[in-house]
Amino acid sequence: MTDLIVNGKVHAVDVEDDMPLLWALRDVLNLTGTKYGCGVAACGACTVHIDGVPTRSCSIPASAVAGQQIVTIEGLKTGDTLHKVQKAWIEAQAPQCGYCQSGQIMAAVALLNETPNPTDDEIDAAMTNICRCGSYAEIRAAIHIAATSV
Amino acid sequence: MAFKPTRRFFIWSGLAAGALVVGYALTPFSTLDRARRIAGKGEAMLTAWVRIAPDNTVTVIVPHAEMGQGVHTSLPMMLAEELDADWSLVRMEQAPADIAFANGALARGFLTGDMSIPSFLSGSTDFLMRKASEFMNLQITGGSMSIRTTGIFGMRRTGAAAKAMLIKAAADTWNVPEAEIVAAKSVLSHPASGKRATYGEMAPLAADYDAPVDAPLKAKKDYTIVGTPAARFDIPAKVDGSAVYGIDVRLPGMLFAAVAQSPVFGGKLKSVDDAPALAMRGVKKVLKLEDAVVVIADNTWRARAALAMLEPVWDEGPGAAHSSASILAGMDAALGKAEAGNDWSSDYDEGDAPKAVAAAPRTIEATYRLPYLAHATMEPMNATAWLKDGKLELWGGFQDGLGVRAVAAEVAGMSADDITIHHTFMGGGFGRRAYSPMLPGNKPNDVRFAIAASRAMNAPVQCAFSREEDMTQDFYRDASVARLKAGLDANGRITGFIHAFAERHDPPEATHIAYDVPDRVARFVTGTNPIPWGPWRSVDHTQHGFFIESFIDELAFAARQDPLAFRLAHLGNAPRHRAVLEKVGQMAGWTTPAPAGRARGVAMREAFGTILAQVAEVSIGDDGRARVHRMWSAVDPGEVINPATFKAQIVGGAIYGLTAALYGGITIEKGRVVEQNFPDYEMVRMTEAPHHEVAFIESGAKTGGGGEPGTAPVAAAVGNAIYALTGQRIRELPFRKFDLKTGGQIARAG
Ligand code: FES
Ligand code: FES
Repeated sequence: MTDLIVNGKVHAVDVEDDMPLLWALRDVLNLTGTKYGCGVAACGACTVHIDGVPTRSCSIPASAVAGQQIVTIEGLKTGDTLHKVQKAWIEAQAPQCGYCQSGQIMAAVALLNETPNPTDDEIDAAMTNICRCGSYAEIRAAIHIAATSV
Repeated sequence: MAFKPTRRFFIWSGLAAGALVVGYALTPFSTLDRARRIAGKGEAMLTAWVRIAPDNTVTVIVPHAEMGQGVHTSLPMMLAEELDADWSLVRMEQAPADIAFANGALARGFLTGDMSIPSFLSGSTDFLMRKASEFMNLQITGGSMSIRTTGIFGMRRTGAAAKAMLIKAAADTWNVPEAEIVAAKSVLSHPASGKRATYGEMAPLAADYDAPVDAPLKAKKDYTIVGTPAARFDIPAKVDGSAVYGIDVRLPGMLFAAVAQSPVFGGKLKSVDDAPALAMRGVKKVLKLEDAVVVIADNTWRARAALAMLEPVWDEGPGAAHSSASILAGMDAALGKAEAGNDWSSDYDEGDAPKAVAAAPRTIEATYRLPYLAHATMEPMNATAWLKDGKLELWGGFQDGLGVRAVAAEVAGMSADDITIHHTFMGGGFGRRAYSPMLPGNKPNDVRFAIAASRAMNAPVQCAFSREEDMTQDFYRDASVARLKAGLDANGRITGFIHAFAERHDPPEATHIAYDVPDRVARFVTGTNPIPWGPWRSVDHTQHGFFIESFIDELAFAARQDPLAFRLAHLGNAPRHRAVLEKVGQMAGWTTPAPAGRARGVAMREAFGTILAQVAEVSIGDDGRARVHRMWSAVDPGEVINPATFKAQIVGGAIYGLTAALYGGITIEKGRVVEQNFPDYEMVRMTEAPHHEVAFIESGAKTGGGGEPGTAPVAAAVGNAIYALTGQRIRELPFRKFDLKTGGQIARAG
């Protein structure tokens, strides 16, 4: 049994030592907001926070993060209130198909925690996730909106 | 000869649970009776529905799937506009994949010649006639068609009809003339008497009136909803993880399947020892199919890990002989043979182009080459099937709900009536998720394996491709070779234009040029592509945008003219094309020099009824690769429904095209695809996404599409900028293959 602390709740999951966290989240805990895009840490669709650090969950075993604080897209809200980054995403109308956006938002939240008011260059450096729909301009705009909102 | 059926459309209305329901239906057949026979008993072919409930909400039922293009919002906008609804009270529901929502409007636009033939349908009129009945079964989202057909023919008329009924009901109830009733923001009022009712209050009475087929449409100047950047309905669910895509479907007792198909197209499974997989935890079964091995387990990871333990032996068949090099050589040879025997098929052949070119004082010619491309939708292909008691339920993101029902019926050997499609969001479509009998190349393999697995397990099964499977088992934008040749006279005017190329799909107008050249021909050879083909965002425009607009640039430089001025000088008969070119020139500051170390290139395209001119500003990095800093697009789509989503489509479409231009290349070796995943099929990311300004010109011409036109001219605009900067004319994509600092080719990594 591996104890996974996801969005503040402890789950005892019975999975192989090498099962990536992504699949434990998606297929065992049914938290499907975290997406599979490549499985090889190349796209960022699976980004979650592990003790606050943005991490590509497809490429880290669940067993390696037992006991650490895992936050997924489902855990960003406080009650019914969206995180300011989520609100900014709506304001900027960032998503197109939306499939990459959980990962994008998790990456952006981590960036803003580190760098509350990032420049475009800092955004470029931190936001390396793929968006096949090409919503990059709106994502950048959303990050700026979030940076200036409370 | 064009197919000219007697057409008829009608508006249907009724009362359901206190709500007024109005629908638009259409048949291209002479009698309603015949239409009913096709639709089945009790089913009408309604293309758009609206429901006005007693609480005054307006629910618009949309027959197209949402893949990020905003159609779930822009179509309701069109209906709500004509209805004069309060936009804040408008809701959207996606229509089920049921014959009742067959996209008759698509058929109408198509059959009546209101637009060019959609990209995703094969192009001949004969084909049309044979398939006419099937058109009524279309529910396709693709080819930039939703707004142009459902929106214009269905949504607007339905909204106008519903409003007319509400006004009639109010006039009779209040005993005043219809002309004195004001309908605005979901409220009916009679200013003289002060009478007032909401649409919802009047809806039950309105249902007693006949729905008029010819209710007047609003003038564009009176629009209050269309043309505004209305917020999209689908976005809130896409920021908190609650949006359900096909791959997120979870059902009680559901199992997960991983699949390995023959790496060589057309290969067959010879044998596989399934013991190593069966020994693994959670594995339920290994299916040995004719062309694939399917491992079924209790979660995705276990299924994939077990699959990785297997070493299937394939009978590769004759497909193993193909490589990109051999295919391109075959295209070259086929072009040479057609040339020698003067044996071509042609898209158009006007005047005598070979003679005009031969007689010109100067002749310019060039050969271009393009690689295969994969769709690489962000969400890998997947489907979930549940076969139970002789019925099949299917979940997934499908561009064509009725189409997938039809292909699933074939795959499952069942009647379509026994199949229910549950639409989810699509993590990208771009042509890949368009399963339909109309697109036989788009093999519904994820659906097929899910059905086979569900049948074997008697349980719901999700079959999701790994990225590697998704990338190596696509139906690809095909490789192509084009030979272009033109004559220039002493004044630098094009006297003749010959465009010869390998492989042609849709739309036929992809080879059209707006330039004034009386003697011109676009001709092609086919049968040179052995790799599965499917429509890829903007379809043949991706190839011809690059071929034609690069070559026009070559002609401009050969004529010692500015490439933008050269184009304008050849567009005397094309005012809309001139307008977008002039506009994009102003936006980009074309006549002022680019910043040091950069240059600009221009390209233009007319695609899916939209005319678009694009400028790219490029520099060359120390690594010898092109970097696109800025782009400008001037777009004339006739009219713009939602400028925010339209702009996002143009910019996103351009990034899709830029990814292909800079990086895109699927390589065939020994009959199989070399590239496996994003590390070797790289994508443009944020740091490379150019700053892109978009301006619209609403010429009022017939409405054009938004999802695809932005993709088509990018490669040429970038290539033309590279030439302006370095003097190197790159006639082969992707650009990353070339060290643009030295002109030498970079050896392929990996
Ligand atoms: S799925 Fe993890 S980075 Fe792509
Ligand atoms: S919104 Fe579609 S991949 Fe990013």
